[in-house]
Amino acid sequence: MLAFLIRRLIGAFLVLIAVSFITYLIFIKIPGGDPAPRIAGRTATEANIQDIREKLHLNDPFYSQYWAMMKSLFTGSLTSYSSQLNVVEQIKSGIPATFSLCIGAGAIWLFFGILVGLISAVKAGQWSDSVITVFALIGISLPVFWLGLMSRYVFAEDHPFSFLPDGEYVPLTQNPWQWFTHLLMPWLVLAVLFIGFYGRVLRSNILDTINEDYVRTAKAKGLPYRGVLVRHVLRNSLIPIVTLFGLDFAAVIGGSAILTETVFDLKGVGWYAAQAVQDLDLPPIMGVTIYATFFIVLFSVVVDLLYALLDPRIRPT
Amino acid sequence: MATDSATDFTLDSAAALAADEHGAIEGRSPWLLAWRRLRRNYVALAALALFIVIVVTCALAGPYAKHVAKTGPNVGHLGETFTRDGQQVQVVSKGGFVNGKFIAGGIPVGPQLWHAGGRYVFGADQQGRDVAVRLLYGGLNSLKIGIGSAIVCMVFALVLALLSGYYGGWVDWVISRVFDLIWAFPVLLLAIALGTALAINGFHHFGINIEGGSLWIPVIVISFVLIPYVARPLRGQILSLREKEFIEAAQAQGASPLRVMFAELLPNVASSFLVFFALMIANNILTESGLSFLGAGVQPPNPSWGTLIDDGSDRLVTAPWLTIIPGIAIVLTVLSLNIFGDGLRDALDPRAKVRIER
Repeated sequence: MLAFLIRRLIGAFLVLIAVSFITYLIFIKIPGGDPAPRIAGRTATEANIQDIREKLHLNDPFYSQYWAMMKSLFTGSLTSYSSQLNVVEQIKSGIPATFSLCIGAGAIWLFFGILVGLISAVKAGQWSDSVITVFALIGISLPVFWLGLMSRYVFAEDHPFSFLPDGEYVPLTQNPWQWFTHLLMPWLVLAVLFIGFYGRVLRSNILDTINEDYVRTAKAKGLPYRGVLVRHVLRNSLIPIVTLFGLDFAAVIGGSAILTETVFDLKGVGWYAAQAVQDLDLPPIMGVTIYATFFIVLFSVVVDLLYALLDPRIRPT
Repeated sequence: MATDSATDFTLDSAAALAADEHGAIEGRSPWLLAWRRLRRNYVALAALALFIVIVVTCALAGPYAKHVAKTGPNVGHLGETFTRDGQQVQVVSKGGFVNGKFIAGGIPVGPQLWHAGGRYVFGADQQGRDVAVRLLYGGLNSLKIGIGSAIVCMVFALVLALLSGYYGGWVDWVISRVFDLIWAFPVLLLAIALGTALAINGFHHFGINIEGGSLWIPVIVISFVLIPYVARPLRGQILSLREKEFIEAAQAQGASPLRVMFAELLPNVASSFLVFFALMIANNILTESGLSFLGAGVQPPNPSWGTLIDDGSDRLVTAPWLTIIPGIAIVLTVLSLNIFGDGLRDALDPRAKVRIER
């Protein structure tokens, strides 16, 4: 187990380095990625641009530029090209909004996903299963940003059925009730897609598990149906959901909630990344990519460990 | 596709299947049997029909613009008027009070349906462009990107999965590590970063020249970031198929690696491949719309469903149709593909369990 952990952590570290390096290449080597003319502005002379290049060490060989950027990222002194703000500080200030959004949405989608999957599996083949299936498929087919815009249009302030505030993040410490009402809509919007997806996956897992021998044995020895369903079938069907949830949760924490954050004007990490990408501002993009990859890699290790814990047949090797 | 093929196919289930098909499966090809099952699934067929209707409608964008709407997708009509039921109406009116709120800037005209003789069926946008025309042209772009990126992604994923699964060893190791790496990237972030960087000046390396506004950029970006999601499950299937006797038999007959890969292995993953393909188009249309919404996909003034929503999003109160209509187009298209893909999966996998026996 310890050897497994050490190997995974070394692998994770290598992945982080590779990912940062590729991100760097994308933005330095692709034409138009050169930040100097953009910082200098439209009316800049060639001398101005050269000046900025010199100041940002853009004329150094690119491996030493990469090294300098990584060093300043980990010492926390990396600043953005366009706004000159500290990248690490900016990411930190976005974390409360992103975490509030993702943890709330994650709880909602996990709960309702399991509920939907369970009900549609138990009712498989009946009309209620078909209705749930249709709703799940609609949920999967909705573009999250459009759903966000529509719910803002219909439910938010100044709109037809207004009863919720329109976007923006209110810190939990400042006003818990405002925090809740401001986040309710983003939570539901972000969760809808996953509820449909998890429901579908769980349904097919349950239908696979329910024909196993041990389920038949449990039923044969006279255990109540409901108990068999929860203690035997659901428990085993949930194992793949654990993996799925770990990876999806890491992805949304790591900035995949970009669209939701942009639509609802939640100034989280994803929103920050979207802004930086629009300005082709390399340092924040590097910062957010490293931050996001850290969570993805971390959660994939956690998921593997959990998997081994939940399913004794699987031993990490 | 989680269940392993063939191994859990017992005589019992074969007999149950035969009974289910009223004994008419003898001597029929699996494709014919799948088609028979699909033919009975009216919901899936209706979804396929809907998708075809959407594709055909979008393909008629050119004639529609020319003969019905009498304008182009990027032609603005600011300051012009048109006739609605014999009255002159401004395409974009000056700002004023709407529902008691003052709106600065122009308010475009809303959906006219057929009151203006085919013009502004779905209204106009802030620049006086015909939304219906832009919707069709945008749909054409979205569909091109969705289908194009699905094809590119599936072809690359299939070849990599075949190589990786057939040769194993170091080939498999290298390919798998590359997948790990792409997998570790935050997908949307990577796509946005690549899309934005490429959209500025295009790509001019290795003898490949792609202009900044080209549709190839979103196609390549989307297919690149999604390759591991398709290739990994396919590789898993090929790895298990590779150990089967029919592969050994083919090799014993002196079949070349290429022959084994494409004539023996490929037909066995073809059904998963088809299902993946339908779902992939749906997923890629969604991804494209998200990228375009963030400005990293199709570049203006070229329309796509995502850019149309982006254009309309800051006019949500005064001109909601700008956002609502392209969104409905996306949902219908993606939903039709998802339902069809679902039906296709059920039809191609005869062991798909549809009900619980208590």
